[in-house]
Amino acid sequence: MSIDTPTLASRFRMQWEEAQQAWVLLYPEGMVKLNASAAEILKRCDGTRDVPALVADLETAFDTTGLEPDVRAFLDMARQQQWITEA
Amino acid sequence: MTATDRPGPPLWLLAELTYRCPLHCAFCYNPVDFARTSADDELDTEAWLRVLNEARVLGSVQCGFSGGEPLVRDDLEVLVAEAHRLGYYTNLLTSGVGLTEDRAEALKRAGLDHIQLSFQDTTKELNDFLSHTRTFDLKQKVAHTIKANGWPMVMNCVIHRLNIDHIGQIIEMAVALGAEYLELANNQYYSWALLNRDQLLPSREQLERAERITNEYRAKLGDKLRIFFVVPDYYETRPKKCMNGWGNVFLTVTPDGTALPCHTAKMLPGLSFPNVRETSVGEIWYDSEGFNRYRGDGWMSDTCKTCPDKEKDLGGCRCQAFMLAGDAAAPDPVCDKSPAHQVVLDAVARAQRPGAVSTAPLVFRDPKASRQIAP
Ligand code: SF4
Ligand code: SF4
Repeated sequence: MSIDTPTLASRFRMQWEEAQQAWVLLYPEGMVKLNASAAEILKRCDGTRDVPALVADLETAFDTTGLEPDVRAFLDMARQQQWITEA
Repeated sequence: MTATDRPGPPLWLLAELTYRCPLHCAFCYNPVDFARTSADDELDTEAWLRVLNEARVLGSVQCGFSGGEPLVRDDLEVLVAEAHRLGYYTNLLTSGVGLTEDRAEALKRAGLDHIQLSFQDTTKELNDFLSHTRTFDLKQKVAHTIKANGWPMVMNCVIHRLNIDHIGQIIEMAVALGAEYLELANNQYYSWALLNRDQLLPSREQLERAERITNEYRAKLGDKLRIFFVVPDYYETRPKKCMNGWGNVFLTVTPDGTALPCHTAKMLPGLSFPNVRETSVGEIWYDSEGFNRYRGDGWMSDTCKTCPDKEKDLGGCRCQAFMLAGDAAAPDPVCDKSPAHQVVLDAVARAQRPGAVSTAPLVFRDPKASRQIAP
């Protein structure tokens, strides 16, 4: 079952880390360093948009098309890791 | 160090606020001479605030408050609040003793992100759990307080020969307390646990049984409780990559302000470690002899230097090499290529004998015992 309206799970905090020049996900005693595209997707997982809206938003922001398969694949992985949940 | 092998930032800051602790665990990871550091020797609030600031500027982002029992410090809330303000993810590692509802609420207000609640004397707590006595009620109260404040429920339990056969009940106990994560950490043999190694090292049979039961519970409980099972390295043939590499991501500051690459490193002879009272965290991390000594592979013995696995484990733990092989630059004796590997094999062989391996009494961690061992 894939996710409808993703939101960051409450256990995780996302923030920009100057020293690492990267967005990171922080959680109890751990950290994941995010690459640029993962960060762009996760920033938009705030419970206000469903997947099609999220994709459209990214495509506008980066002036491109055809992102949906990659975004869905990433969201599946992120949900398995429990980074995101259904809003 | 050349510019290319300049280490990354100390991502993890462990603030050991105090060695004071109401408990007396026989597996305690505090140094055996901890009693030499009295309450008067501890860094004061201002010094800790400075450490938090300096480390954050370098890029520290995970901050653990531990001890001893960190709740013994009445400025814990102040330190957590500052860490939170600076953008750290804040972790409190506690036995729960002293975590009243009032303090929990104050810590929540200060921005504490996470509490790891540890079981100390599982045998006693198990008995209490099974017989519903008071100490277990206390634990249950603490667990309830943690949940009521919206923190994830993360439990840690040190596993050893004397409690490993009750692994099923330990898991049941975690479920009863509403844990979401349970770390079953097999004892590592340093400090107090090394003194008690023969009494604490489980047999292979015990270990295999425990792993099997843990897997059965994993299948049964699914996402409800995530269980981590950490195997004791004595039963491996390759060492663990200690602290993810010496001076690579971890920075520990001990109660008196000594900065260490790991909380046991102070035992290593001939190495001086700087103190945050005199040296800035940046200088400590990048320029001190103590932190640079075992970075890279220049220090390695030929066994490690020429080994195809050296990137995987970086030669293992320096403290274990010193404790078991008498040389901090030797390969970790857990490695079967180590000339001193026999020491580990012997300890493991002794652990296979049934029943109590040693008739010596357990040495419990307390200031009196500490002063006897290290006057
Ligand atoms: S291991 Fe036990 S005695 Fe040692 S600091 Fe932790 S709770 Fe205290
Ligand atoms: S010889 Fe050294 S580097 Fe190789 S596996 Fe053993 S400890 Fe690791």
